[in-house]
Amino acid sequence: MDTFPFLSLTIALPLIGALFIMLMPKDEEVEARNARNVALWTSVITFVLSLFLWGLFDTTTAAFQFAERRVWVDSFAISYHLGVDGISVFFILLTTFLTPLCIMASWRAIEHRVREYMIAFLVLEAMMVGVFCALDMVLFYLFFEGTLIPMFLIIGVWGGPRRVYATFKFFLYTLLGSVLFLLAIMAMYLEASTTDIPTLMVTSFSFDAQRWLFLALFASFAVKVPMWPVHTWLPDAHVEAPTAGSMVLAGVLLKFGGYGFLRFSLPMLPEASEFFTPMIFSLSVVAVIYTSLVALAQEDMKKLIAYSSVAHMGFVTIGIFTFNTQGIEGAIMVMLSHGVVSAALFLCVGVVYDRMHSRLIQSYGGLVHRMPLYAFTFLLFTLASVGLPGTSGFIGEFLTLVGAYQANTWVAALATIGIILGPAYMLWLYRRVVFGDLTKDELKDILDIGPREIAIFAPMIVLVMVLGIYPEPFFDVIRVSVENLVAQSGGTIDGVQAMALVAE
Amino acid sequence: MSTFAPLFAEIWLAVAGMALLMLGVFRGKRSTRLVAGLTVGAFIVAFMAIAGDMARPGIAMGGLFIVDDFAVFMKTLVLLGAGLTLVLSLGFIRRENMERFEYPVLVLFATLGMLMMVSANDLISLYMGLELQSLALYVIAAFQRDSLRSTEAGLKYFVLGALASGMLLYGCSLVYGFTGTTRFEALADLFAVGHGEVSVGVVIGLVFIAAGLAFKVSAVPFHMWTPDVYEGAPTPVTAFFAVAPKIAAMALLIRVMMQPFGDLVAQWQQILIFVSVGSMLLGAFAALVQDNIKRLMAYSSIGHVGYALLGLAAGSEAGITGILVYMAIYLAMNVGAFGCILAMRRQNRMIETIPDLAGLSRTNPKMALAMGIFMFSMAGIPPLAGFFGKFYIFLAVIEAGMYGLAVIGVLTSVVGAYYYLRIVKVMCFDEPADPFDAPVGSEISIVVTVSAAFVLLFLLYPAPLLRSAQAAAVALLP
Repeated sequence: MDTFPFLSLTIALPLIGALFIMLMPKDEEVEARNARNVALWTSVITFVLSLFLWGLFDTTTAAFQFAERRVWVDSFAISYHLGVDGISVFFILLTTFLTPLCIMASWRAIEHRVREYMIAFLVLEAMMVGVFCALDMVLFYLFFEGTLIPMFLIIGVWGGPRRVYATFKFFLYTLLGSVLFLLAIMAMYLEASTTDIPTLMVTSFSFDAQRWLFLALFASFAVKVPMWPVHTWLPDAHVEAPTAGSMVLAGVLLKFGGYGFLRFSLPMLPEASEFFTPMIFSLSVVAVIYTSLVALAQEDMKKLIAYSSVAHMGFVTIGIFTFNTQGIEGAIMVMLSHGVVSAALFLCVGVVYDRMHSRLIQSYGGLVHRMPLYAFTFLLFTLASVGLPGTSGFIGEFLTLVGAYQANTWVAALATIGIILGPAYMLWLYRRVVFGDLTKDELKDILDIGPREIAIFAPMIVLVMVLGIYPEPFFDVIRVSVENLVAQSGGTIDGVQAMALVAE
Repeated sequence: MSTFAPLFAEIWLAVAGMALLMLGVFRGKRSTRLVAGLTVGAFIVAFMAIAGDMARPGIAMGGLFIVDDFAVFMKTLVLLGAGLTLVLSLGFIRRENMERFEYPVLVLFATLGMLMMVSANDLISLYMGLELQSLALYVIAAFQRDSLRSTEAGLKYFVLGALASGMLLYGCSLVYGFTGTTRFEALADLFAVGHGEVSVGVVIGLVFIAAGLAFKVSAVPFHMWTPDVYEGAPTPVTAFFAVAPKIAAMALLIRVMMQPFGDLVAQWQQILIFVSVGSMLLGAFAALVQDNIKRLMAYSSIGHVGYALLGLAAGSEAGITGILVYMAIYLAMNVGAFGCILAMRRQNRMIETIPDLAGLSRTNPKMALAMGIFMFSMAGIPPLAGFFGKFYIFLAVIEAGMYGLAVIGVLTSVVGAYYYLRIVKVMCFDEPADPFDAPVGSEISIVVTVSAAFVLLFLLYPAPLLRSAQAAAVALLP
């Protein structure tokens, strides 16, 4: 099949933009402005290009579409193989959607070394898109690890006071998990003589091998998700990262873990996945409840949202390991929704941080009196985060719980505690920051969000509402692939039944 | 005449070396740059002779000397390493009171010894090549005569090196005593499966030979000289030490283990596993606390040798392929990194502590970018070349079923990543120190740019290197 190389182009465009910025003449003022503009336009064009993926997507098949394949290392049967299915296509869109917003969010916040910053961001975008469309395990690993370098620099150079500690922790935690994943890739290659993902999906490994491979993959994805107890890098990284860094970290990088489980663990190692489900459920339930409680005790806004991310990701892992259509669709929806909502929440923190240079909750209070638009935006995303019906958060969490209820009633019941705790910490945060009397002097002349910030928030608000009110176009794309996945992983409910349940 | 054809490059280098020595003697002190330039020229000719078809595969000198795909591959790397590091040292020689023509000539003789080592097909020619190399190296380690540290490095290297050579020679004599031959093919036949038990004497001899060679590649527990010599020797000499002799000694170690003693895998495998795990652990942990960048590179090279030896411990064709790919990439990374270290000058003096790199990404972004690429690559982070080096090694280790070894290997690489990242951190995150002297010299810029491009773009077209490494590995194994 010789088609237009949409995917390669989506990966290449940001790299070309980065190269362009690198080659631009150096001149302090002009350079910063040009770098910003080039980066923004590159990422916008990339987004438009990626929309074609959705537009031309064939929703009737679970096969990989827009496939591209070139021999890369012939002697080792490794190829440059790209393609998307219903599971991955929205993650690509999420990446290309968030990147221009991140760049706009950094417009004023990043003042020094703008050129390097924009280059790092565009390279990061290319790597992230690559992760979601790689159909060769080695290629996947290259992109997966490749994101570490730009992210390391983004946190380390443009981060907060404890940035060095945070960025090292982020890098080494992730690396530790992924090297084991690498060994698993090699073991699978030696077993199946290929690293081609579609081929590996139909290869059956012995149960004993599956268990070891699962644990190696788990080491990598659990750190990335992050699951309790290996989540401790996340609050540090979020607190120290610049606003846009946090946005992309929460919005996209955390999805690698869930995506990895969906792409590798479930279809390739179905028996081991089932074997380890109790472990995953236990860790996820602990994550949901424990990190929600931890979030209640936070004094730093970014840290609070970081812990809430861990709790949300607990829902994702629960949903994935239910092995039924609702659970997995719910998990994907939670990931997409969380990708937008948490990015928006970090931006909400960034907005006041830009003005007051404090992330502590106690430095704020009564912002509604000076910043009504901001109060509205923040409220909307807070509610989306706690899963209010009508917002994107609801759909995902609801479906996940429906799936979990079928798989294990206790897990569903315990996870619901998380749903109760979620509003507790989020609304409490909102009350302390936005409501109350405006007593602090330094807040007296704080300005409401400006046109640039509105332009960033607007698309996110629209997306959150659309996902919440009419998610069908999204499910339409996801469904066939998820059913295929459920069949591959030997799920309990067949496709027809699942569709009937969703229709109800 | 035809018996000498495989030796063309070696004979050429020997003749060129003597001629250049004469030239230097007659023209005196001023001729250093000329001699250095001509030496590089001699390397280029030898390189072309080896890479072209002048050196036809074959056995010469009554079986003492062998040229096969493996030898050609390794010799190309050795010559590249020697040539590039000599080019890097041109500016240094001029500035740092090393204007003595003996330096390039000694590098040339050392390289000649390395080529002999790579092609050795007999315990005697092995020892000859090794000694020619070592003696020249002892002298250039101490080449900065007025520097206390350089003299100390030379002396230390000589004393320990002589001890290692003694062990090696003793091992050779034991093997000869118990088998009656020094020829590799004859030894291989004797040990071939089905010829009965191997006598204890041979095993002891094998252990001595392995110990002597482990010293030459600076593997744990014979690594003690490395940090001191690396730190003490003049920086271009350190760069040379880090690449050429290491590659040659690795080639020798591979050939000795795989060819004459290939069927004694059971005897030497444990030694290599121990040596390689020790090197990886020491390379990772000892480097964590280093402040001198040359010392850090010494520990880093010990670690890299550990990874390469993993491939040998696997004892398979895939393992050898992995080592060859690893050494080629190691060469590019080290030449580039040392190029950057040679550019670390302030007020016309060399500086070599890591904090001196502070804020390099602002004072000299290009150099910081190159150094960053080398550091991330050495840490084995994809998509850089260093990742592929480790990839093929670990693939072979897993294939051999040594899962525990692979896990130890990747975990130490995570520890090692910390100190490479620390350099990136100092360059990019810290407040700038005083800028380095500019310009750094065109020869350094060119070498660094080429190696950085290789490390960065290797992933686009890895096939040629892999293919020739594979061909070399196939040629080595019967």
